[in-house]
Amino acid sequence: MATGATKRNIISRLKEDILRLEGFKSPATGKEVSFGLEMLENAFPYGVFPSSAVHEFLCDEEEDTAATNGFLAVLLSILMQNGRSCIWISPFPQVFPPALKNYGIHPDRIIFIQLRRDRDILWAMEEALKCSALAAVIAELQNLTFAQSRRLQLAVENNRITGFVLRKDSKKITTTACVARWRISPLPSFSEKGLPGVGFPQWQVELLKVKNGQPSVWKATHTPEGLTVKSTEKSNTLLPDSLTVKTGT
Amino acid sequence: MQKRYLSLWFKQLLTDQLAIANPSLNEAPLVIAIKERGRQSVKCYNNFALKQGIKPGMSIADVKALVPDVVVEDDEEGTERHLLKDLAEWCIRFSPIVAIDEPDGLLIDLTGCCHLWQGEVPYLRELLTRLRKKGYQVRGAIADTAGAAWAIARYGKEKAIIASGEHYHAVLSLPPVALRLENNLVQRLHKLGLHRIENFIDIPRSVLRRRFGEALLLRIAQAMGKAEEFLKPIYIPEPYTERLPCLEPVRTAEAIEIAIQKLLEALCGRLQKQGMGLRKAVLACYRIDGKVVSVCIGTHKSTHHIQHLYQLLKMRIVNIEPALGIELFVLEASGIEPVELLQQPIWTSSHESDEQLLAEVLDRIALRAGKNAIQRYLPQAHYWPERSIKKVNSLEEKPTIPWPTDKPRPTHLLAVPQPVLVSAPIPDYPPILFVYKGKRHDIKKADGPERIEREWWIESGEHRDYYVVEDETGKRYWLFRSGHYAEERSEWFIHGFFA
Repeated sequence: MATGATKRNIISRLKEDILRLEGFKSPATGKEVSFGLEMLENAFPYGVFPSSAVHEFLCDEEEDTAATNGFLAVLLSILMQNGRSCIWISPFPQVFPPALKNYGIHPDRIIFIQLRRDRDILWAMEEALKCSALAAVIAELQNLTFAQSRRLQLAVENNRITGFVLRKDSKKITTTACVARWRISPLPSFSEKGLPGVGFPQWQVELLKVKNGQPSVWKATHTPEGLTVKSTEKSNTLLPDSLTVKTGT
Repeated sequence: MQKRYLSLWFKQLLTDQLAIANPSLNEAPLVIAIKERGRQSVKCYNNFALKQGIKPGMSIADVKALVPDVVVEDDEEGTERHLLKDLAEWCIRFSPIVAIDEPDGLLIDLTGCCHLWQGEVPYLRELLTRLRKKGYQVRGAIADTAGAAWAIARYGKEKAIIASGEHYHAVLSLPPVALRLENNLVQRLHKLGLHRIENFIDIPRSVLRRRFGEALLLRIAQAMGKAEEFLKPIYIPEPYTERLPCLEPVRTAEAIEIAIQKLLEALCGRLQKQGMGLRKAVLACYRIDGKVVSVCIGTHKSTHHIQHLYQLLKMRIVNIEPALGIELFVLEASGIEPVELLQQPIWTSSHESDEQLLAEVLDRIALRAGKNAIQRYLPQAHYWPERSIKKVNSLEEKPTIPWPTDKPRPTHLLAVPQPVLVSAPIPDYPPILFVYKGKRHDIKKADGPERIEREWWIESGEHRDYYVVEDETGKRYWLFRSGHYAEERSEWFIHGFFA
């Protein structure tokens, strides 16, 4: 007859096994990129941002897409620190590369690929995710089904590349195999008291869904010094009811 | 290696062609008429017409009197050349160097090709049988020189294949016209009683030159192999080309895969030895119905990596339609560049191998998306937003100027600025509100203006005054007014979205 303590031991070990099987590596086993953003990272298992996984971002409107691109640029600047390139696949050229320089990226290290149809974009993304010479792959899609996301996740698991999917049509939302689902929306800019004009960009970063982690909402401000993230009080009320949130741990 | 040449002679090329297109003409005397000095005369005729006594140069009126049921067709300028080009293309499956020999023949350099057919006899037999099956009356001869092969093909009576070194004896009994001489020269030789080549070939050169000029000496030297004769091949074979003839025509994707693998092994082996890599390759598949299907691949970095090139070509197999079967594969490296020699890294995560991997994945995507779909952007020394970046295709090109960061630029730029309705009551101040896509945005915060002049040496037009604005919900936009403030008549546009 096992005691309570041994039972808890067994359960925690089993939990670790499940995490390992799901592709999460504990910081001890693999060298992960440190983001320097503890607040964000704490929402994930082991407190580590899963960099060999596919993340999805919901962006309906052009303004949201612009904000998502800003947030992505911050993440990319950290992921691309190892000197690698990234691939950005989109149906239209919309990103304006000079702006990315302000987020600490060398825009000439991003390779833009233009493909019209979703199926071509998915194919190209899967091919790119298999290439271990990249830091990240970003794809702008209309929609993503479970099977498609599973394929992407399988492709990414071997190569420690981060995949980002930007979904334009959030009305047709379905379950996917992505590790996290985000929504970035713009907030009024932050400026020092009394100063006129538009200040530093601020975003509401919503982590709507995360595997084995804690969904949360933050307020992120980007200044030339970097990204600062603050937790928002009313986190639960901001979550839409329709979205099932898996709260684990 | 002793050069070997094959000359093909199409005796009645034009009439054969008409008879192939319309088999009923096989049964009747057929004549091709050409307009000469205001009258129609015979240019070409078939065997039936020959039997009835028709000769070249007869006038059509005479022909019609002689043979009332003759079929007369008009000659079209350039038909022969066109036909010969088609036939020459077809003959590439027998040798890469095929030249057109106007007006009625082909010259083929078959050096080193015969072993694929187990010797010259089966080679020539196969070639002639297949041409005759198509319906052409053709004669062919193989000799050490193009001149001798030409002579034997047209005037030879005994053997069609002249063994190496025998061409001197083979041409002795032929008439002088077999040396490809001009008409008046031939007539002069006959007048002097020199009816066969043996009559004059051993006359000292100085004597021949004085009597007949340089042309005769050149033709003799060419036939004897003492003067070099250059063929002008219809397609100049690339120096890096591999050929794979198939014993049986192949039709399946697996067979094509095997063929590609074999060709690549041979080609990449050669490239690797010489430190070269491939940038562009064409795989041509010669089908038994005479058509050629070709597919093309390109790479971002020169490479001789077999596995990678195999993957690229494999993606293209769907575009190869084998129809009845493919009998010859030709892989041609049309773009060759020296490959950067890399020291093999001990640790796999080196940057050099990263570049290689990246180039390979982009090659695959480029095959499907097209090369222009892959872009990188570099800064350009222009303030005008549309011109401040330039597209580049290569992966190596580095920015020549640093990326500008001093002015705010939107993360999202519209390709074409969209007009918006604004309310801007104060001159040179940002607007109070604007309407974009039917939605009203009240402006709470704004920066600007930032005036960007149009570059008059490139194009003319109004300058732009840009404002960074933020609406009540915190969304940030890039607006501009085209030209100076003019109350109601000012034109306002939205050009981008800030993060």
